Amino acid sequence: MSVERRLDVNRHWCKGCRICVAFCPRNVLALDREGKVVVMRPDDCIWCGDCEIRCPDLAITIVKEAAS
Amino acid sequence: MTQTRSGTVEFLQGNEVCAEAAIYAGMRFYAGYPITPSTEIAERLALRLPQVGGTCIQMEDEIGSLCSVIGASLTGMKGMTATSGPGYSLMQEAVGYAIMAEVPLVIVDVQRGGPSTGLPTHASQGDVMQVRWGTHGDHAIVCLSASTHQDLFETMIRAFNVSETFRTPVIVLIDEIVGHMREPVRIPDAGEYELTERLLTNVPRDVDYHPYLPREDGRLPMSHFGGEHRYNVTGLYHDMWGFPSDNPQVTNDLIHHLMNKLENRKRDLTFTKEWNTTDADIMLISYGASARSARHIMEDRRAVGMRMGLIELQTLWPFPGELIRERCRGASYVVVVEMNMGQIVHEVKAAVERPERVFLANRVDGEMITPADIKHLVRVIQGKGI
Amino acid sequence: MPHIWCPGCGHGIVLNSLLRAVEKLQLERNDIVMISGIGCSARIQGYVDFHTMHTLHGRALAFATGIKMAWPLLKVIVPMGDGDALAIGGNHFIHAARRNIDVTAIIMNNSIYGMTGGQHSPLTQCGDHATTAPYGTVDSPFDVVQLASAAGASFIARTTTYHARDMTRLLAAAIEHKGFSVVEVLSQCPTYYGRKNDAGDAVAMMERFRDETVKVTADGAVPGDRSGRMDGAHEPVPVGLFRREERPEYCEAYRTRVMEPALEQAQSAARDVSP
Repeated sequence: MSVERRLDVNRHWCKGCRICVAFCPRNVLALDREGKVVVMRPDDCIWCGDCEIRCPDLAITIVKEAAS
Repeated sequence: MTQTRSGTVEFLQGNEVCAEAAIYAGMRFYAGYPITPSTEIAERLALRLPQVGGTCIQMEDEIGSLCSVIGASLTGMKGMTATSGPGYSLMQEAVGYAIMAEVPLVIVDVQRGGPSTGLPTHASQGDVMQVRWGTHGDHAIVCLSASTHQDLFETMIRAFNVSETFRTPVIVLIDEIVGHMREPVRIPDAGEYELTERLLTNVPRDVDYHPYLPREDGRLPMSHFGGEHRYNVTGLYHDMWGFPSDNPQVTNDLIHHLMNKLENRKRDLTFTKEWNTTDADIMLISYGASARSARHIMEDRRAVGMRMGLIELQTLWPFPGELIRERCRGASYVVVVEMNMGQIVHEVKAAVERPERVFLANRVDGEMITPADIKHLVRVIQGKGI
Repeated sequence: MPHIWCPGCGHGIVLNSLLRAVEKLQLERNDIVMISGIGCSARIQGYVDFHTMHTLHGRALAFATGIKMAWPLLKVIVPMGDGDALAIGGNHFIHAARRNIDVTAIIMNNSIYGMTGGQHSPLTQCGDHATTAPYGTVDSPFDVVQLASAAGASFIARTTTYHARDMTRLLAAAIEHKGFSVVEVLSQCPTYYGRKNDAGDAVAMMERFRDETVKVTADGAVPGDRSGRMDGAHEPVPVGLFRREERPEYCEAYRTRVMEPALEQAQSAARDVSP
């Protein structure tokens, strides 16, 4: 059984400060028209966790789930 | 080595009595900063507290002293600090915090002459109104006093009992004379006085606990800070969980609770000593060292047939106005004896039916008011001249 | 509910790192007390499920001293802002350091008073602008590391919100350290400091934390020869662990050097008088 990972964004907590977008080494994230973060290129993510640890709003989490 | 034994009579300074009585009452955390004329309290406790497993720390200032006492008290320890006027001025912010966060503790203020550095080694009773209104905002406060060492011992125990019962700071207000005078005091036996311990919550672990939800009697069952219930403590207006709130209903309820828990229990908080008050034509009202001179002249005048009586206030705040009105009803004159420019006299005037018959016998030169000083004033009132 | 801090505020990153540090140490929530003062930094205490206390401006360390002395087994963490730690609370800070009481002080340095709307602080650089320094700040700032060092703190570190992984590691080490530990975190205030000083947004400010800092070596030394620089060129700010040393902790010292001998003396005196 493998482990699947994904980036979970809490849009309610996100204040659109752009920190995660700017410091992502693979340009995975972007702000949408409402100024909230969205995962634009999930396949490029290398799971470094930089966005997760630098988010001042604790709005991004790497979620690990067991794949079926 | 310095130790006191229950049942024995010791020859102590008033400041030392404060220290010994606090230990008797169960106080186990003291923080303070040296200041004349209160320093002997800290010196005695630095020696004595560790002997009973307590903790004594000399902080960097009076502000830090009271703040650390608040911290220690929240963990369940009975805590205390002692100071004099200038140091008490520095503590005012933290006094307000203790009132708002409902933290039991005792502060001894050994008064000196003021304002400012004033007369550090002389007698004065100028802090009565600082105790009442020193911290900002509406609040109720408890202030006790004593004029003899035996009474002071009991007053200190009372102070801790009241503070634990109502979760409020209690100020014991004495003066340089009571603090530095030596007289015999009998150390009570263990169990002779009832000691009030903190009311603890019986809400079990992991069940929603409301640290700031008062019972009907105004008391708040507490959980030791650091214990099994995690909650918030703040100086802001707060809800029943201790979290900040500016909801008008919450705000209104809290300020009324803080006032009413003390003002509505004035009767339980009123302690006085009375001599010859039933037939008194001239009623003296006094407290602290001044009450010693008042008692002396009262006995002296009684001996020559003058109907003089004395009420010694052992509770200054909340002021026992109803009792004063009642007792002074039959008196032709009321003389308030205090060592300041007139502080309690205004409360007495507000309480009695005929305020124009209330006079102030005072002394503000740093010397103790004498029985002769009071006698002279009484002669003037009676139109007899000095 | 989103927290109260402005978009991009560095204080949220400190909260983020702190929670990770506590998780890493696998501490029991019931064993942690967090005591804050007043200001933006002080609000961090409202977002953690520990025993929490929101006290008076500058006095958090004094409250913490009482709690720690009364209950030495508790882990006591004190987050502070510029004013809490070094202006109104400066005296409590140096004395807590001098005593080496086992408390973790986190100084969230954003060079400004944020809660009151952007006044200069004792950590504002000389020349920086603030609402109370419209012509630029005349005052010189404290160097927190040097101040803590002179005052006697036994654990001293500095990091930034850019270096969030280092921050988590340093906070965990500070909490574990037995003695007074100081972690200064350079934190961005885009709303007031950033706007007043044309410092750009939160990202630009964090890029400066990345580019204008230098990591100290393992022994706390700043790399490179910095002597003889008289040209006033912008010096990089050293970050990392500056000191970690064993020194008698205050509560422990009180117990072994005061309380135990006093108890012993009292017991033997009681034996002497008993029949």
